[in-house]
Amino acid sequence: MTALNPASSQNSNQTPHIVVVGNGMVGHHFVEQLKAQSPEAKITVLCGEPRLAYDRVHLSEYFTGKSAEELSLTSEQAYQDLNVDYVLNAWVDNIDKEVKSVSIKQGATYHYDKLILATGSYPFVPPIPGHDQPHCLVYRTIEDLEQIEASAKQSKVGVVVGGGLLGLEAANALKQAGLETHVVEFAPQLMAVQVDAGGGKVLKDKIEALGVKVHTSKATQLIEKGESCRFRMCFQGDDYLETDMILFSAGIRPSDQLARDFGLAIGERGGIVINDYCQTSDEDIYAIGECALWDNKIFGLVAPGYTMARAAVSHLSGGDTMFEGADMSTKLKLMGVEVGSIGDAHARTPDAMSYVYENQPKGVYKKIVVDSSETKLLGAVLIGDTSEYDTLLQYCLNEIDLPEQPEALILPSSEGAAPALGADALPDTAIICSCHNVSKGDIIEAVDLGNTELSAVKSCTKASTGCGGCAALLKNVFDSELTKRGVEVNTDICEHFAYSRQELYHLIQVNEIKTFDELLEQHGKGLGCEICKPAVGSILASVWNDFVLKPEHIALQDTNDTYLGNMQKDGTYSIVPRVAGGEITPEKLILLGEVARDYKLYSKITGGQRIDLFGARVEQLPEIWQKLIDGGFETGHAYAKALRTVKSCVGSTWCRYGVQDSVTQAIDLENRYKGLRAPHKIKFAVSGCTRECAEAQGKDIGVIATENGWNLYVCGNGGMKPRHADLFATDLDDETLVKYIDRVLMFYVKTADRLQRTSTWMENMEGGLDYLKQVVIEDSLGICESLEAQMQHIADSYQCEWKTTIENEESRKRFRQFVNSPEADKQIIFVQERDQIRPATPAEKEELA
Amino acid sequence: MSSAVLEESPVSSTTENTWLEVCKIDDLVLNSGVCALVNDESVALFTQKVAGELKVFALSGFDPVGKANVISRGLLGSKGDTLFVASPLYKQRYCLETGKCLDDESLSLKSFTSKLENDSVFIKLA
Repeated sequence: MTALNPASSQNSNQTPHIVVVGNGMVGHHFVEQLKAQSPEAKITVLCGEPRLAYDRVHLSEYFTGKSAEELSLTSEQAYQDLNVDYVLNAWVDNIDKEVKSVSIKQGATYHYDKLILATGSYPFVPPIPGHDQPHCLVYRTIEDLEQIEASAKQSKVGVVVGGGLLGLEAANALKQAGLETHVVEFAPQLMAVQVDAGGGKVLKDKIEALGVKVHTSKATQLIEKGESCRFRMCFQGDDYLETDMILFSAGIRPSDQLARDFGLAIGERGGIVINDYCQTSDEDIYAIGECALWDNKIFGLVAPGYTMARAAVSHLSGGDTMFEGADMSTKLKLMGVEVGSIGDAHARTPDAMSYVYENQPKGVYKKIVVDSSETKLLGAVLIGDTSEYDTLLQYCLNEIDLPEQPEALILPSSEGAAPALGADALPDTAIICSCHNVSKGDIIEAVDLGNTELSAVKSCTKASTGCGGCAALLKNVFDSELTKRGVEVNTDICEHFAYSRQELYHLIQVNEIKTFDELLEQHGKGLGCEICKPAVGSILASVWNDFVLKPEHIALQDTNDTYLGNMQKDGTYSIVPRVAGGEITPEKLILLGEVARDYKLYSKITGGQRIDLFGARVEQLPEIWQKLIDGGFETGHAYAKALRTVKSCVGSTWCRYGVQDSVTQAIDLENRYKGLRAPHKIKFAVSGCTRECAEAQGKDIGVIATENGWNLYVCGNGGMKPRHADLFATDLDDETLVKYIDRVLMFYVKTADRLQRTSTWMENMEGGLDYLKQVVIEDSLGICESLEAQMQHIADSYQCEWKTTIENEESRKRFRQFVNSPEADKQIIFVQERDQIRPATPAEKEELA
Repeated sequence: MSSAVLEESPVSSTTENTWLEVCKIDDLVLNSGVCALVNDESVALFTQKVAGELKVFALSGFDPVGKANVISRGLLGSKGDTLFVASPLYKQRYCLETGKCLDDESLSLKSFTSKLENDSVFIKLA
């Protein structure tokens, strides 16, 4: 923490008083940064609007239901807690530079030691006759939105004047409000600042396809009374357009009037002139954000404004962070259309050359601009698909040498992914994760601090925890850094086997290894451990599907697998019989009830549409299972890394919306894959229609009925790190559905790491979803037949492990609490709660002892 | 705690260096554990084949972290030359010879000297 530099303060014994005029996003950022840097800072904020800072970038979300409160970036309470004074509706009308004070319209005067102008900008309204009447509005503040909303309620047609970034945002807002929406642009194309003519055309087509009419090269001459609508906009020529309301979004102008009136230097075309420390021509007055003019440039994006705020804070605190201009590259989604613009998008650099790729049917336009030597990237335009944005931005910002054929960067590659940028080619300043602003240098630092696991680097830098788009690049950088340090990127499963899980799987299958001891003898050392034993046990089960409690396998199993139940905190087990698809007869329900009652088990419904019975002592398990099996139940594998449940909705049999019989499908799938041992647990769901009541898109395998068959989703997850499943294939018949699931699951079982769910398996897979589709649908590896055959073998060799166990006297012996005594374990003590048992707490145990 | 009670029990205090037959060798499970009741306390018995030789180990069966008699149901393994059992509840590893926890110095399980003789398993109460 740095103390504020009081050198230039009038009274050097006191904390200087900082007055901030304006509380937009940048003004607010300044306050936050200064308070973080110097918690004792004395700040007064004079805010012109009736509320404190809010998110102007996401303003159009006001029309999709976001309230002003939800858009807000802070609150009065938060400012009070920070000990920041503020005045709302405060319009500053006087600056006295001599005595260093500002006055507001309401009459109050504030002394300042340092004055920060963060007055932002205002929408430019072209001086068209008729522009200043009701229903002719601008788009900047929440008050503007309230007016737009009110006007829209009395309007059917709306026009946005201006087809730039903000204009299209505003058009989106009008469309959200339900109006027939038009965009009128003076220039021959949309987004003329960021996008070239070719890109502008593709953008226009896409926006029009979304139902917004775009009129380019139109100069409005007059706004007069309309015939079918409230207004008629008359264009140059005889053309006109009728509309009920008009939104002006024809660019912004810096709000520099105050600075003008009180003698600060102003640029020729407006803007308060600042130096690299964001000081104006008066050294005690700073200007930041859209009102400031640096190197004759106005920066109309929020990120450069934030950078200015940080530079000003640094200068006030005696630091030396400077504002050195800002990259104006942007990537955004306008009405769902992806738009990216990098650097010199218009190829204005002398001798610049371009490569252009256009795919009209898909509405994709990509252009890269390179220098005359074809070695550096100067700029790029991406419309309809911005997936290469991050890589291109790295090339541009870090002046990385282009590959020999630069066009490969934007051409769709027949091999799958475009050539990704190698980790070593990036300078340390390269931003790897743009969501959390993590540079390659930050990752190197994390590795230097001893984080040799990717997950540790992720959690300490936050890299790749936002959109996740940089996951592959992050892994490259990480692996490369480890290799440089001589740390071999170690994928060994543990000290006993110098192999990854996938390699062990391969060894076991190819060499027909049937036991852990054989594997250890041939390929390992030591005696094994709690890591490799269950992993190998699982692989042996996946490949050979032997009874897991055979003497040669028993020592490999985790306690849950050994006792075929889920151990709870007190050493008792829970019992979950299979209820395929969640369908259960009254007789079976009654049996479960009887067992629970007779053995005094705690009963709870699971998330997977089953019933869990808790509190069974190890010696009770075989007896309880005998009763369950006699009643037609079989094991539910709730204890195993295996298929758990296939959840289903009631489907077309009962539901008036269902289009397919989801229950039958779920039962069939559950019966096919039950018993399949995998690197981790697997959950399925089947929904009978798109209402998706079974929540299939949060499951490893999700199946959703369509009019024509089934849509297959893969690699979803709920739980700790939810992941929306990827749509894998559509309108499948039953046979193809099973075939694809066979292949996906078997490929997962073969290739995933130990304890890796399908979601992380997918996220770590090079080539991702497209690659998996190639393997499974196009059979690019030529292994589909063997994957299916292996799955068939698993299905054919299924056995209920509990049935096998209770039929075998030796296996039953394992379920004794004490080998030398029939007594029960006295440490297990229950108390009653809501008419059922629960484990006693330590305090309760003491009391009962 | 189990070890404290065990030390105070009449058997151990009066009969020093007494071998107690706990069970038969057939009651053990190779490379795994079972549980016995000794003086009202649980004792975990493990067998592990090391270089062709069958070894027996006996530790207190009470997991001091999970506070339950579950140690006998843990997985066995080796770390370097040290044999260990990993608690099935929270996975702390304890040395089969000494009972010392490999992951937390402040933890240990009481360990017993044990032997196999005439198909029987004995532990020494001392």
